[in-house]
Amino acid sequence: MIEWTDDAIVLSARPHGEGAAILQLLTRRHGRHAGLVRGGASRRMRGVLQPGNAVVAHWRARLAEHLGACTVELVQNRWAQWFDDPERLAGLDAICAVSEASLPEREPLEPVHEAATAFLDHLDAELWPVLYVRWEIGLLGALGYGLDLSSCAVTGETDELVYVSPRSGRAVSRRGGEPYRDKLLPLPAFLLGKRAPTHADFLDGLELTGQLLRRHVLNPANRDLPPARLRLVDRIRDSSTISMHSDTDQEVT
Amino acid sequence: MALSEVDRLIQLLARLPGLGPRSARRAVLHLIKRREALLDPLARAMADVAVSIRTCSTCGNIDTVDPCAICRDEKRDRSVICVVEDVADLWAIERTSSYPGQYHVLGGTLSALDGVGPEDLRIDRLVGRTSAAEVSEVILATNATVEGQTTAHYISDRLAGTGVTVSRLAHGVPVGGELDYLDDGTLTAALKSRRRLGATE
Repeated sequence: MIEWTDDAIVLSARPHGEGAAILQLLTRRHGRHAGLVRGGASRRMRGVLQPGNAVVAHWRARLAEHLGACTVELVQNRWAQWFDDPERLAGLDAICAVSEASLPEREPLEPVHEAATAFLDHLDAELWPVLYVRWEIGLLGALGYGLDLSSCAVTGETDELVYVSPRSGRAVSRRGGEPYRDKLLPLPAFLLGKRAPTHADFLDGLELTGQLLRRHVLNPANRDLPPARLRLVDRIRDSSTISMHSDTDQEVT
Repeated sequence: MALSEVDRLIQLLARLPGLGPRSARRAVLHLIKRREALLDPLARAMADVAVSIRTCSTCGNIDTVDPCAICRDEKRDRSVICVVEDVADLWAIERTSSYPGQYHVLGGTLSALDGVGPEDLRIDRLVGRTSAAEVSEVILATNATVEGQTTAHYISDRLAGTGVTVSRLAHGVPVGGELDYLDDGTLTAALKSRRRLGATE
């Protein structure tokens, strides 16, 4: 019998058979991991198996390659307080959906779990979309497609970095990027720590990480960004409550 | 070897929720023993329903007539539409007999991963219904889950320009519930949507 106990974030639970559910978890030491939860469709468990919840999971199976059975205990209900906040609920939904769609199964990526926990714990921050974009950049890094924003990939300049190359993930300056501007992705200035983010910056940031996730992680596996992530962009685009700060000192990062 | 009719019945019954092969055998045996009182009426009832059941083209409820009995009922309040995920939810609210208005069954919720989008749910039809002059309120009675609430927020956005009041069911302490046994999510929701004591509506 193989078994472990680990901290985890619930990503999704799909009903399986009459009473069970197949749970997808983002665990601290075992990566994205699935398991069968007996009685997972029950009234008692349904509230526990909601995306974003922090749980302690106990997984056991006879052989390592089995799906395995999972029991979970709720540590923190993370979504109930965002019930009435469509933007933050969309953020929570998106981080779970993107984790499930892009992370390889059972590959331990502790920083991703750590960063996701930090994001969910700081969802009350005013600039939570910044944390979200930063989390996706971290995710790309953990998957081997990190951004390099230190200097321009064409000219070597360190000033006026305004683009990112979708191929290499390296920054490109305004001058160096001029001939290829149609192919480059805009680099929001807040990622360089130079300016407090604006509403448009959030969208640029989401576009940047979204395109890179598509290109490097999801499209090769014949997948696209999950619907929850697309809805997050729509939400932020239409949102009037997400603040546009002019105060440079309020950087959350 | 071809299955006998009884075996076939057992196999079919075993596919119902809550029944396995063993309980299906028991049920079939019971039906056969009480042929006149149970088996014949059941067979007729099932045949009738199989012929006449249809989905209401207005609200998505299932009934033997289209529009369904609720949509036809002249006594019901046509200014309120209650949006539910599933027919089971509609039945649950109907059992309370405390809601006099109309319904709208979505047929599911927006899914984070599985690609159930707005076009797969009856959301456009709901928007169409609310544009009728008599509708003044839409009650979103989706489940208290992340998907249910995401769907509710989406619908409330879609209805933003139509001028109808959009409300949702309260979340909190169940009637007869003890605080000590409540999960912290429910308690958080209950605290957030507390209301003034003695205030009417």
